[in-house]
Amino acid sequence: MTPLLALSTGVLFATGMYMLLRRSIVKILIGLVLMGHGANLLILTSAGILRGSPPLIPQGEERIADAHADPLPQALILTAIVISFAIVSFACVLVKRAYEIAGTDDTEAMRSSELPIGSDPGGADT
Amino acid sequence: MSAQLLITLPVLIPITGAVLCILAWRSTHAQRAINLTASLALLAAAILLVMRTSAGEIPTVRLGAWPAPVAINFIGDAFSAIMVLLNAIVAVAGALYALGATPKAHERSGYHPLMLSLIGACSGAFTTGDLFNLYVWFEVMLLSSFVLLSLGGSRPQLESAVKYVTLNLLSSFLFLSAIGLTYALVGTLNLAAIAERLAASEDRSLFTPVIGLLLVGFGIKGGLFPFFFWLPASYHTPSPVVSGVFAGLLTKVGVYAIIRTTQLFAPGWSIDGGVIAHALIWISGLTMVTGVLGAAVQQDMRRILSFHIVSQVGYMVMGLAIAGVAFDSAQAPGIDPAQRTALMGAGALALTGTVFYILHHIIVKANLFFVAGIVEQLEGTGELPRIGGLYKRRPLLAALFFIPAMSLSGIPILSGFWGKFILVRAGLESGADIIVAVSLAVSLATLFSMTKIWANVFWAPPPPASPNDTQRPTSPTIAPPTPARTACMYTACGAMALVTIAIGFGAGFAVDLAETAGAQLTDPTPYIQALLPTDAPTDIELTAGEVTP
Amino acid sequence: MNSVILRTTTVFILPLLLMLSLIVLLRGHNEPGGGFVGGLLASAAFTLYVLAAGAKAARHLLHVHPITLAGAGLLFALISGVMSIVAGHPLFDALWTDTKIIGQVKIGTPLLFDIGVYLTVCGVVCAIAFQLSESAEDARDPSPDEADPEGGTL
Repeated sequence: MTPLLALSTGVLFATGMYMLLRRSIVKILIGLVLMGHGANLLILTSAGILRGSPPLIPQGEERIADAHADPLPQALILTAIVISFAIVSFACVLVKRAYEIAGTDDTEAMRSSELPIGSDPGGADT
Repeated sequence: MSAQLLITLPVLIPITGAVLCILAWRSTHAQRAINLTASLALLAAAILLVMRTSAGEIPTVRLGAWPAPVAINFIGDAFSAIMVLLNAIVAVAGALYALGATPKAHERSGYHPLMLSLIGACSGAFTTGDLFNLYVWFEVMLLSSFVLLSLGGSRPQLESAVKYVTLNLLSSFLFLSAIGLTYALVGTLNLAAIAERLAASEDRSLFTPVIGLLLVGFGIKGGLFPFFFWLPASYHTPSPVVSGVFAGLLTKVGVYAIIRTTQLFAPGWSIDGGVIAHALIWISGLTMVTGVLGAAVQQDMRRILSFHIVSQVGYMVMGLAIAGVAFDSAQAPGIDPAQRTALMGAGALALTGTVFYILHHIIVKANLFFVAGIVEQLEGTGELPRIGGLYKRRPLLAALFFIPAMSLSGIPILSGFWGKFILVRAGLESGADIIVAVSLAVSLATLFSMTKIWANVFWAPPPPASPNDTQRPTSPTIAPPTPARTACMYTACGAMALVTIAIGFGAGFAVDLAETAGAQLTDPTPYIQALLPTDAPTDIELTAGEVTP
Repeated sequence: MNSVILRTTTVFILPLLLMLSLIVLLRGHNEPGGGFVGGLLASAAFTLYVLAAGAKAARHLLHVHPITLAGAGLLFALISGVMSIVAGHPLFDALWTDTKIIGQVKIGTPLLFDIGVYLTVCGVVCAIAFQLSESAEDARDPSPDEADPEGGTL
């Protein structure tokens, strides 16, 4: 199972990086989402995939007797998912506004904050 | 006040303020009052914290009374306390400055709660003792900063926000991956527990990649050499108070994380032949040089200052790298004991210099951006060719610019001089001559940049009004000037200039503080013991399962 | 969206979803569920209404401004953490009472925290959904250039 998950992590990072290098901001956003998934899967995989019962202490006992899954990576991933949910939903709004204002989704044309003042950033007429 | 409560307050106060601001979102007046009150309360708490920690105490709290390695925690050693204090100073100055600079539309879109949550998240990042919580505070900070950056929604702002969001999210995911690998390596994310288990572990082959991945993640956030491009593309676009607070605080959170993690995780710096320390030397040099050269070609006040953030971050990393090289050489086998002591001393001095430099830089840089904001408010633009003659019309403003600008370039007696002085001395003592020479050359180039702004904005005669400039240009991200607003902004800048002068003339006090922090960074044992008391249960078996093939 | 089927069924599904979200919130103490999932379910209910009847009607149905909802949620969460300081424990230590509601849910600060999360998630997601839908409606039905006071943010 672990090699398969490791491979999936690699594929997610690779595709995410490929999408990040595209020029369209929507594709960049998709790339970021994929890399986020890759990072979460990496945490799950690198913490060790275990076959065991849920990490709940039975009533009346002090600790878990038999094999159990490690709860910490799952808690970490859950938190990371919630955070990326918030950030990606903001990024969606941002990308949409940027598209509306700039009139393009091409990052090459979105350079008005970098070019010298007064030069035409282009793209607004497309 | 109990130590547990005291270390909670720097996070609790701004977050409470942010919540109250959200509830009072209909009234901008109430929000302003809440922002100012919360910032002042934060300053009071930070001063108390610094007083406690400078005596050597390290207050710690574990949330929910969980045991040491698993609890969410806050810890404040001298370095953390200094950072929280700087955070609070910038917060107070920002809240005061915002009264005059922030347009009403921004306030209605949530400027005040966002700024408070940004400040709270910075406090959290400075005081947390857990790698994953550091990630969470980073994300809270970034989310607030994303929205603050795009408040107003003009084209340059949105375009720069896209770059800012993309690169910072990328850095977050790299950091998250590093967290996953760290957990795989040592099975814990408590900073002290990581440090202990790393020091005890036999197989060190994975250390360099994991620490390298952490450094890349933090390096993007801190604006280090190959990763800084998002910074000068975005910092000049938002409202001046936002860019002032960003300039002062955000990159320094990345630098703080680099210093904290490298000092804890690579004790002695000697893994893989000191490769991390030597890489940092190169990175710091290139960061300094590219930053200052980038500034040289710019023709806009805030853009010049943004590039200078990059070059100044290089100085801080240079201090850390000098310390790293010194600690690495001190570990060499067969070294003379006297020489080892000298090298360890030089390393501690370099860390002291780094802390002092951060202390000086946050105040000065935020101040310069605030002054640039006043210029933009008065003239409607920050472009050097289009303004001039401010020295005659606004002598006080000229003085307010002159003090932090000279401090930034390291003119003697002002705070920047002492920072550079300590770093240069530590560099010479540990034999890092070349990087010291580079830093001095960069210092000269910084002086050139500051002179350029001074000569163009304040001394040069105002440019002749061109016939098609029928009306004064106005900046959409700054509220139009009124006497009351200008007074608020001048007060904020003046207060920060006074702090700069105070650090310069009373350098002894600041150096003492930085020295305590440097000593605690050099020998993190008290930090580790405070975070991971020896009576903590060590038998918490986290991976009791059976690994499937 | 202009679909008779969607509009008719939403009237029945909306209250069911809201009730389900409350059940998920309350069972979250010892079983799968909790404030975050519950809040998402509740906001899904309102998002469905946005699709069926438009953002304006959904704002009217929600009655309070979504940001106020989120603020109230954050306040609840904060109070649940600070109460333990007042009682002399570290921040966010759980305090329990012996009272139970609906037979099995014990009242304590974790429940208050969960309710806070529920309200925050519901408020924030609703705010984003309303904002996105309103700007889409504006794009479809271009009105004279009026400055958006929200400035494109939440």
